[in-house]
Amino acid sequence: MIYDVAVIGAGVIGGLTARELTKYKLSVVLLEKESDVACGASKANSGIIHGGFDPEPDTLKAKLNSTGVDKLYKTAQMLHVPHKNNGSFVCAFSKKEEAHLKELYDRGIENGIEKMSIISGDEARAIEPNLSPEITAVLNVPTAGIICPYELTIAAVGNAMKNGAVLLTDFTVTSIINDGCFNVSSADGRCVKARYVINCAGCYGDKIAAMVGDDSFEIIPRAGQYILLDKKEGARVSHTIFQVPSKEGKGILVSPTVDGNLLTGPTAEAVDCPMCVNTTPEGLETVQRLAAKSVPSVQFREVITSFCGVRSSEKNGDFIIEESKAQKGFINVAAIDSPGLTSSVAIAEYTVEVLKNAGLELELNPDFDGTREDPHFFRHLTDEEKNEYIKKNPAYGKIICRCETVTEGEIRDAIRRDPKPQDIDGVKRRTRSGMGRCQGGFCKPFVMKLLAEENGCKMEDVTKNGKTSQMVLGKL
Amino acid sequence: MLEHDIVIIGGGPAGMAAAVAAFDRGVNDVVILDRDDDIGGILRQCIHNGFGLHKLGRELTGPEYAAVYKKMVEERGIKVYYETMVTDLTSDRVVTASNRDGILKIKAKAVILAMGCRERSRGALNISGKRPAGVYSAGTAQKLMNCEGYAVGKRAVILGSGDIGLIMARRMSLEGAKVEAVCELMPYSGGLTRNIVQCLEDFGIPLYLSTTVCEIHGDRRLEGVTIAQVDENRRVIEETKRYIPCDTLLLSVGLIPENELTRAAGIPIDPITNGAQVDENRETKVKGIFACGNVLQVHDLVDYVSDEAEIAGTAAARLVLEGKGKTEEIKTGAGNGVRYVLPQCISNRDGDVALFMRVTEPFGKVRFTVRSGDEVLATAVRLKAAPGEMEKITVKADKLALVKDTVTVSLEEI
Amino acid sequence: MERNLTCIICPRGCSLTVTVDGENTKVSGHGCPKGEKYGIDECVNPVRTVTSIIRVDNREDTMVSVKTADPIPKGMIFELMEIIRATKVSAPVYIGDVIIENVFGTSVIATKDIK
Repeated sequence: MIYDVAVIGAGVIGGLTARELTKYKLSVVLLEKESDVACGASKANSGIIHGGFDPEPDTLKAKLNSTGVDKLYKTAQMLHVPHKNNGSFVCAFSKKEEAHLKELYDRGIENGIEKMSIISGDEARAIEPNLSPEITAVLNVPTAGIICPYELTIAAVGNAMKNGAVLLTDFTVTSIINDGCFNVSSADGRCVKARYVINCAGCYGDKIAAMVGDDSFEIIPRAGQYILLDKKEGARVSHTIFQVPSKEGKGILVSPTVDGNLLTGPTAEAVDCPMCVNTTPEGLETVQRLAAKSVPSVQFREVITSFCGVRSSEKNGDFIIEESKAQKGFINVAAIDSPGLTSSVAIAEYTVEVLKNAGLELELNPDFDGTREDPHFFRHLTDEEKNEYIKKNPAYGKIICRCETVTEGEIRDAIRRDPKPQDIDGVKRRTRSGMGRCQGGFCKPFVMKLLAEENGCKMEDVTKNGKTSQMVLGKL
Repeated sequence: MLEHDIVIIGGGPAGMAAAVAAFDRGVNDVVILDRDDDIGGILRQCIHNGFGLHKLGRELTGPEYAAVYKKMVEERGIKVYYETMVTDLTSDRVVTASNRDGILKIKAKAVILAMGCRERSRGALNISGKRPAGVYSAGTAQKLMNCEGYAVGKRAVILGSGDIGLIMARRMSLEGAKVEAVCELMPYSGGLTRNIVQCLEDFGIPLYLSTTVCEIHGDRRLEGVTIAQVDENRRVIEETKRYIPCDTLLLSVGLIPENELTRAAGIPIDPITNGAQVDENRETKVKGIFACGNVLQVHDLVDYVSDEAEIAGTAAARLVLEGKGKTEEIKTGAGNGVRYVLPQCISNRDGDVALFMRVTEPFGKVRFTVRSGDEVLATAVRLKAAPGEMEKITVKADKLALVKDTVTVSLEEI
Repeated sequence: MERNLTCIICPRGCSLTVTVDGENTKVSGHGCPKGEKYGIDECVNPVRTVTSIIRVDNREDTMVSVKTADPIPKGMIFELMEIIRATKVSAPVYIGDVIIENVFGTSVIATKDIK
């Protein structure tokens, strides 16, 4: 068959774009080179819904950020993606930085951001007592928030699939040939035909564009290292705490996460390749030092894990969302770095507009259902309700992950729900099993068994993250 | 709401011994809640021998030691709730737990915490590098090998010379894997000497002291690690960095008592042991809640876990039967060369009290002295003392009568 | 000849000094008679208890843990492991059941009940 649209890359942008396309009577295929969705920048970023004061006015970033905030909150609600409108503080430590705050404030006004205010350090500390006494003034952005970025992606792809989109994983695009329609081929010999192609390949965006002869942009992978702390530290601050961008730190933040942990980071380092997701001693040291500048009492001995994500930047600094000049019908959605997550829903809508302008006829799909049932409903039940539910589904009584209180029932359901996780990390991102303070030390063997059982494979075939990441190497 | 006289959280060696002791002291309504489908806890995966010499007078493997206590539990008809995870505990001793039958709420006259400990994870160490498969905490690998029968790897490096790491070095060697090295950050091993001899020397596995793993390589499965020596401040010495190809990294870098429930009940925790503060009966600061085993302090020998659990079980039974409470609070403390002393306080002076402690660093011949003010309550000489081994010194009741002030233990090299 | 050993009979780990002078072997530093015997044996004929697991063929993914009933010569450990690896058992198995008879002067016995 020939699909109407092939979307390359099942990150947050590809996922939401695919979902947006299923609002219309279109056949949509989503191609992903990894075994799971959200395996690039979408799984390892700050998870921030930015207020929108930062982008230069009149850029795509400014436009899509300011319009994207409300759209994202609304979509997150429809898809039951954990999120919170916790507000953000941008902290100044000197008169000079206070002047910079004012600039950010003015820019925010120009970008149409509402409810912002500049408050004194003392006023800020009255709200956030753990802020550094060195902080002299704060830009208060009440519309900002936090969201779980990989769950947003999983939900978007799942919802797109519910509305008819097809997801092909382990599909590494190696060539795109247009012979009247696009023939998108993968490394393992599969070929998908489509009338339109949307390039949402993140850090690989320039390489995918090059396959249709488009070398108009070059992606610069930028690594960001993070340290995630135990829930014991989760209440250290309630707002997302930024610093005024300076020579030393361009945005090391201290923020609660939607799951109640405390997140610190990221660094920002140009790296050679999208796979350069290694943390470094220097990077982790920088995160600790700069996080402590804003919130000195953060207890770094409560670290749960550290990780590194690579985002796709481009030298012009703005999003690239347009039909390729080199190839009609091929749409680039590239260079989606910060505030890409905040803008993601707006980007998806904008991309469909671009597609329409490129000639794709859009007819509303009357059967579109943009909602997802809450996969975490069980967490929110009262003990009495849980009891009732367990009586019907005993697997919900068996807790597999103690640290995060995840039951066998929740894990089995997650393994069966689209997009189906193929490996341990996929289960972890969907259920939080193994994401707590013991990092899977206790639950890992159980999750491996459940994966093997549900997917009908052997324990030796269970992987951590992708096809060649076997957990065990054979039977004894 | 269910009601039981004594609820024991955790059916490992501590929970089993506490249950048996409480029952034998006269409380029939004792129940054990365990998260697994069998009791025995971590002993079930510790298939090596070396257990029971002190407590049972014979050398057993972990499963055998567990079976001895399981039999005692069964003979007494002590009820065990299997596959039951406790999710909450309140200071008035209401236990909330979950199993396939539903959510249970149990009101207990006494609760004994016996949840054991967990292993420190890679994340907590902040080892830099990537996040491939093949990085395991040693105990998880042990479970996969010994209980499930899988080969976790073929070429391994082990970080941390704690006992589990040493035992796993031998275990993997026996199953044909090549163990390239055991790296220990400290200038001395944290494991028992006998394990260094039996598990490393027997198999020609090098132990590198003052050495750490500083980077993890590999996108999917682990491909190798960079190890390096560290200076006296535990900073990596750049020029000593060296790459070792391997598909498995086992971490044996410390055990953390699982005290989430303890905290939930508002029980004060000792920042050194990471376990509850207890008196000589192993009663916490919250009346009627006791703690024993590795959830209280990480032990070197399971035999001592059983001893400690018997103290807790007996005292909990006495509380249920006689309502006997605390009469006073004499604090204990660690002096020179001693990292901590447990119990953290003494509530009654009606019998001898055994003090348990660990030393701060390896020593040669030492004399431990237990003092209160100017009064020397007990002394003990050891030919050597190491942080990996727990020390025990008993203060006699007649000496305890002399105590007016904090009881401290210190050591001097002799 | 003098050898310094760490006694591994019990976790105390006494430091032994073993002097071997022809027929005469003398141990010092031991804390108990077992330690003295260990010191001598370790220099004359070192032995080890071997523990491992054997697959239970009529139970899914089930292993029974085993040990040698008595210590075997240290040099025979890997040969024994080959034999253990080639062995399968059927449940039920009980603690103390002999799984492999007559190996290196002893037997391999179960250390776990598989009902």
